[in-house]
Amino acid sequence: MPANESPAAADAADSAPAAHSSAAPRATTHPIRLALRLIAAFVFVFGLVYWAGKGAHTGWSMNRVPVTQVDEITEIEFTTYEERFVPGIEWLGGAMALGVLSFGLSFFFRPKENPEV
Amino acid sequence: MKKSHLLASLLLAGSMLSAATAAPLAFDFTDPKGVNAVRFHLDSLLEPISGNANGVSGTVSYDPANPRATTGKIVVAAGSAVVSNSVMTDHMLGEQWLDAANHPEIVFELTGLSDVKTEGNNTTATATGKFTLKGITREISVPVRLSYLPGAFGKRINKPEVPGDLLVIRGEFSIQRADYGIKPGQNEDKVNPEIALSLAIVGSPAKG
Repeated sequence: MPANESPAAADAADSAPAAHSSAAPRATTHPIRLALRLIAAFVFVFGLVYWAGKGAHTGWSMNRVPVTQVDEITEIEFTTYEERFVPGIEWLGGAMALGVLSFGLSFFFRPKENPEV
Repeated sequence: MKKSHLLASLLLAGSMLSAATAAPLAFDFTDPKGVNAVRFHLDSLLEPISGNANGVSGTVSYDPANPRATTGKIVVAAGSAVVSNSVMTDHMLGEQWLDAANHPEIVFELTGLSDVKTEGNNTTATATGKFTLKGITREISVPVRLSYLPGAFGKRINKPEVPGDLLVIRGEFSIQRADYGIKPGQNEDKVNPEIALSLAIVGSPAKG
């Protein structure tokens, strides 16, 4: 692999090995690149599923959830709080950003070139 | 002669009883059931900031026969204000916003009721008083509704044999945060300068 080749070009070479002739050197995926992409995929999927599963709250994250109750005698509406975490939009954004970062970093680990045996 | 003495005694006793029953009743707003709270609401980026402060105390003197004569003071512990996000709560109680450490009490001291209209046990009025927030006191007027619930105290604490009345006060008003030194002129694009407050509190018979 030429030293001045961009990470994206290296990635393209990595993803299309079948197009090479049998005499061309074969590129194998760098283990860190693979790990980073797996992490990115996991973070994306986990972040989205966790956020949706906890109510898909589109406001800020909540550490306590307000519950409205009514006092029987006075009919006063009052709020109590349940101590539980509800991820908000910034939590989802953080997870997505982490996924993008992990995926982006993976491009810096170029495929290794192995001569065909 | 004896008959006239008896009549006079009865009249005296009657007038004393009447005076006793007409005396203003004192209500304590430290609620044993923890229902009392002041809710606050500010428009903000992404979603409104809403929360409540349930550290309510204070006493109100209320005369069912003369609601206009109501006096009293309601105190809210600034440190009891919470929102759903703990980081936001810490930020709100900090020096820049409520400064709860240095100004632990938010106080409304009633100086008078006007536009009083009573229907049965319900009275609507405009309460004028001194409102103190973050150490700054201003006179404000708040539309309020007072509901007097005779004999309801025992029922509320699941002891019907215990005598006593309840007084429920409800009100909604808004203030400008800049008037009370809360980031005047700052962050107005992110947090609305107006704070909407609503009050729904119940007073039980004051001891002593």
